[in-house]
Amino acid sequence: MRNGETKGWLGRFNLINPVLDKEFRLRMRSPRAMWTLFFYLIAIGLLAFAAIYLTQELSGRGGVSFNPEQSKVLFYFLSMAQLGLVAFMAPGLTAGVISGEREKQTLNLLLTTQQSSATIIISKLLSSLSFMVLIVFSTIPIYSMVFLYGGISPKQLVLVFLFYLFIMLVLGSFGIFFSTVLKRTMLSVISTYGVTLFLFVGTAILFFIMMNVTSNYYYSQAAGAAPNYSWVGHIMAWNPVAALYSILDPSISDEVFMANRYGNQTGKGAPMPLWLEFMLIYSVLSAAALWTAIRKLRPTSRRR
Amino acid sequence: MIEHAAGMNDDSGKEVLPRIGQPMIEIRGLAKHFGGFQALKGIDLTIAKGTVFGFVGPNGAGKSTTMSILATLMAPSSGYAKVDGFDVMEHPHEVRKRIGYMPDFFGVYDQFKTDEYLHFYGASYGIPKAEREALIPQLLELVNLSDKREAYVDTLSRGMKQRLCLARCLVHDPELLILDEPASGLDPRARIEMREILKELKAMGKTIIISSHILPELAEMVDEIGVIEHGSMVAVGNVSDIQNRLRVKRFLHVRLIGRVEEAEQFLREQPYVNQLLRDESGWQIHFGGHDEEQAALLAAIMEAGFRVVSFSEAQTNLEDVFLEITRGGGGFE
Repeated sequence: MRNGETKGWLGRFNLINPVLDKEFRLRMRSPRAMWTLFFYLIAIGLLAFAAIYLTQELSGRGGVSFNPEQSKVLFYFLSMAQLGLVAFMAPGLTAGVISGEREKQTLNLLLTTQQSSATIIISKLLSSLSFMVLIVFSTIPIYSMVFLYGGISPKQLVLVFLFYLFIMLVLGSFGIFFSTVLKRTMLSVISTYGVTLFLFVGTAILFFIMMNVTSNYYYSQAAGAAPNYSWVGHIMAWNPVAALYSILDPSISDEVFMANRYGNQTGKGAPMPLWLEFMLIYSVLSAAALWTAIRKLRPTSRRR
Repeated sequence: MIEHAAGMNDDSGKEVLPRIGQPMIEIRGLAKHFGGFQALKGIDLTIAKGTVFGFVGPNGAGKSTTMSILATLMAPSSGYAKVDGFDVMEHPHEVRKRIGYMPDFFGVYDQFKTDEYLHFYGASYGIPKAEREALIPQLLELVNLSDKREAYVDTLSRGMKQRLCLARCLVHDPELLILDEPASGLDPRARIEMREILKELKAMGKTIIISSHILPELAEMVDEIGVIEHGSMVAVGNVSDIQNRLRVKRFLHVRLIGRVEEAEQFLREQPYVNQLLRDESGWQIHFGGHDEEQAALLAAIMEAGFRVVSFSEAQTNLEDVFLEITRGGGGFE
C-alpha cells in the first residue's frame, strides 16, 4: 500500500478512516436518523413541559416567578429523564452495528478488506457515539429553560453532559460487544437492553435487598454493634442513576455507605464519590467489551 | 492499478519476502467441522498461478466453506490453506491483499451511489483518492456499469449488483479471484455478460477459483476442475483428463434410414457400445472407445449396408462429468 508506506504509522490512524466515513454518510442518509432525532426531542420536550407544569401547579403560584429550588428539581428531573432516554437509545443504536451488517450480508465483504478489526469496531462505536452526541446536544435549548430561573451552575450542566457521554460510551461498548459475539441482531438487542435494565434497576434492587439483609443481621446481633460503614454501598456504584445523582448532590455518596441510619451519622463515609467509582468500574468493563469484540470479529489463529 | 512491490510489510511490520514460484493456492488436509457436522474432511488442493479452477459439487458439499477459509473469514479445524505462500491464519493481512472475494450471497449498502460504493472499498484497501478517481471509471467500464455511476446501488438490478460486486473484488487489483456462484440467480443474458467479463479477467492473467451452476457454459474457459462431495475432493484435474477417466468415454448419436430393428440389433452387438438408447430420430450410444474405435464402428455400419444420415459425437459437458462422478461412476439412467 503506497499510502500506508508514505504516511507511516499516521496513515493507519487517519482521523476519518473509510469505515467511519461510510458510517457517517450512510447513517445520515437514512430517514431513520431524522426520525430518531425528531422523536427524541419530542419526548424530552414533553417531559420538560410536563415537569414545568407540575412544579408550577404544585407551588400553587401561576405567575412568572420561579423558585430556584424548584428549578433545581426541574433540572434533576430533566437530567434523570435524559439519562433514561440515553439508556433507551444507546443499545438500540449500537446493538445492531455488526450483526446488522452480518444479516445484510455486507460484513464478509468488509472483513476481507485491509481495515483492521480495531478500526472497524472503534469506527462503528465512534459513529454511533457521534450521532448520540448530536441528539443529546440538540436538547440543550430545552435545558436552557432551567437557566431562566437560576439555581443551577453551568459547571453542573457540563458535568451532567460529560456523564452522558460516558454512559453512551459504556452502553455503546456493550451493544457492540453483543452485536459481535451474538450472530443475530434480535438477540443482541435483547441482551443489551437486558444488561442496561439490570444496571439501572437490578443494581438498585440488589442494593436495597442487601441493605436490609445486612442491617437485619446487625440488629439480630448485640444491640448497638452495627457499624456506620457498610460495603453494600459499593453495589450502588454500579448504578448509573446513583452515579449521576452523586454529581448533582454529592452527599448521596456518603449516605449509601451508611448501614446504621438511626445511629451516629458522623462515621466513615464513602471511600470515593459514587460517580468516580462508577467510572472506574465501567471504564474497565467497556474496555474489556471492546477488546473482546475486536478479538471476536475475525477468526483468530489457533497457533497464536 | 496497484503494484505489489517487493519487500512489503505485513501486519506486524515484519519484512515479508515475495514468494516466487509458489502455487497460488495450496491446501493440505483442510478440515472444518461445525459441532458434530464435518463440512470438510481433509482436502488437498494445489492451484497454479494463472489457472482458472472450476469448483464443482452439490449444495452443502463444502465449496463455500473452502472458499470462506481461503478468504480468511473462517478458521479451519485442522490442516492449512496458503494463498501465494501465505497461510490464511498466520498472515491474513497479506492474503487479503491478494484476493478478491465474491460470496454466494452478499448485500450492498443501498444508500451508496455506485461510484461511492467502489470508492469506499478502494479506500478500505488503502488506495489513495487520486488513484481511485482514475481506477473506478475503468472498473465500471469493465463491468458495463459506466452509465450507472451516479445511480444509487438499490436501484440496480440483480445482475448489475452482481457485476458491481465483481468490480469491488477487482478494486485492489488482486492476483486471485475467489468467486462463489457468481452467476447464481442471473438471467441468461446476465450470465453471458458475466462470462464475458470472466474471460477478460482470465486474459489479464488472474488466477480464478469459481464455483458455479453455469460450469457447462464456462467449460471453454476453465482449465481445471475439482469435484467435491460430502467434504472430500472426489476428482481434480483438467477437464479432458477427468472426462477420459470416466468409464463411459463419449456419447455418439447415429441416424440411419430404414431397417430399424435390424440396425438396433447390429449396433448392440458392436464392441465398445456400452449402452444403446433409442430416441425419435435415431440412437444414442454410450461408447467406451476412443477415436480409433469410433472410426471402426462407423466403418462397420457402412459395411453392413446401413444408410447413414448422421454419425456424430455429442459433446459431453461438465454437467455430465459432474453427474457421473457424483453418482460414484454409476450408469447414466
